[in-house]
Amino acid sequence: MNGAGTLFADGFWRNNAAFVQLLGLCPLLAITTTLVNGLALGIATTLVLIATNSVVSLIRGALVPSVRILIFVLIIASLVTTIDMLANAFFHDLYRVLGLFIPLIITNCAILAQAESVASRHRIGRAALSGLATGLGFAAALVMLGGLREIVGTGTLFSGMEFLLGEAARDVYLDLPYDGMLAAILPPGAFFGLAVLIAARNYLADRKKPDPARREAAAIRQ
Amino acid sequence: MADRDRQGLRAVLVVAAIAVCAAGLISASHEISAERIERNIAERVMQSLHEVLDPSLYDNDLIGSQVQVIDPDLLGTTDPVQVFLATRDGEPAAAIFASVAPLGYNGAIDLLVGVDAEGVIQGVRVTDHRETPGLGDQIEISISDWITGFDGTSLADPPLPQWAVTADGGRFDAFTGATVTPRAVVRAVRDTLVYFDENQAELFERAAAEEADATGAETEAVPERVRALVADGRLRLHRTAVPGPAGAPLP
Repeated sequence: MNGAGTLFADGFWRNNAAFVQLLGLCPLLAITTTLVNGLALGIATTLVLIATNSVVSLIRGALVPSVRILIFVLIIASLVTTIDMLANAFFHDLYRVLGLFIPLIITNCAILAQAESVASRHRIGRAALSGLATGLGFAAALVMLGGLREIVGTGTLFSGMEFLLGEAARDVYLDLPYDGMLAAILPPGAFFGLAVLIAARNYLADRKKPDPARREAAAIRQ
Repeated sequence: MADRDRQGLRAVLVVAAIAVCAAGLISASHEISAERIERNIAERVMQSLHEVLDPSLYDNDLIGSQVQVIDPDLLGTTDPVQVFLATRDGEPAAAIFASVAPLGYNGAIDLLVGVDAEGVIQGVRVTDHRETPGLGDQIEISISDWITGFDGTSLADPPLPQWAVTADGGRFDAFTGATVTPRAVVRAVRDTLVYFDENQAELFERAAAEEADATGAETEAVPERVRALVADGRLRLHRTAVPGPAGAPLP
């Protein structure tokens, strides 16, 4: 597929929903008290994004511009509700972990943004791929922020892994010789942590591809 | 006919069509999943109940054999309290109370208390609470085994005056830095025992009568209040144990 790599890089890194577009902050900031929580929400969001992007792409021929947002919201809400019910019935153990997060996904603007800017303009393959890339990008952000807050806040890592991967994963748990700084787990910690990660991402992005304007400014200074 | 009117009509039709599809999708998935969801919930209710009552001690359908009772003084809440009545070979074997400890540090603490027909505690578990993480949350079995200290106790052992935390001259340990929480739980368990002692015969009669009424009827869905007993399992992951500043409740 033409430009599949570009499309993926776009969703995952260049236009990362959390770090660049700053979308979906409501679930992002609320859930990421541990790495496992972040991972669980990330998985759920990715699945929903692929589903909504595919459906929106399928019906894009019938879209009416003036009511498109209404239609997107309708599709997202009904798909999420369906996934919630089916997961509760058929993947109950997983649902006990993810269940809390699934309704939260409806509040994620990144999904609406994907429907609007990608899915309603591309064929289903590209729309689904973009959904996957955006979802993975968002999941990566959740895992990093969750991990950061968990380490700083409680001095542990991977706590609760057994909920996600079964009892065998209980031993993955890391307990650092450090009691933790409560602030990182509380809401302000989410903002500080996100700020640190956004700064790190910007630093990496700038280093990789130096901004022409900045290079010019540096040249003038010399 | 103006072009705008046609556009508007088309918008209405498209939205209506999609709304119908969405409603169809949701009701179809509800149709597929409702029964299994009920079964899953019932299974988890049973798991919670088996934490406080060994399954080998009874042989009836616990979820089908429950009554609601109201006693704000002894059961800690003005709401109806769910009581599951276990029988063995038709004889009363045990009861499980979803009682409430109203005097926790940060409000009510929800409990499951299993008592056998002799009035001996078979098990106690906390199903929901808002106690201070790192201090009062040691009433949770996942954090400390303090709650198992009730196993085997009864109104006669320890004697009634010793049904208190050590700080109040009783038999039950308190946690360092938190006396209010264990005091609330000890009192609630004691009061539940008192209630069971006073009302045991009536409870089993009521359960038997209601069971006779329900014979032949479809198995009832798990009631809303019973679901609440297991809601905690879903939230536990979310409520990470946070070491809090000593003595201070979290905001």
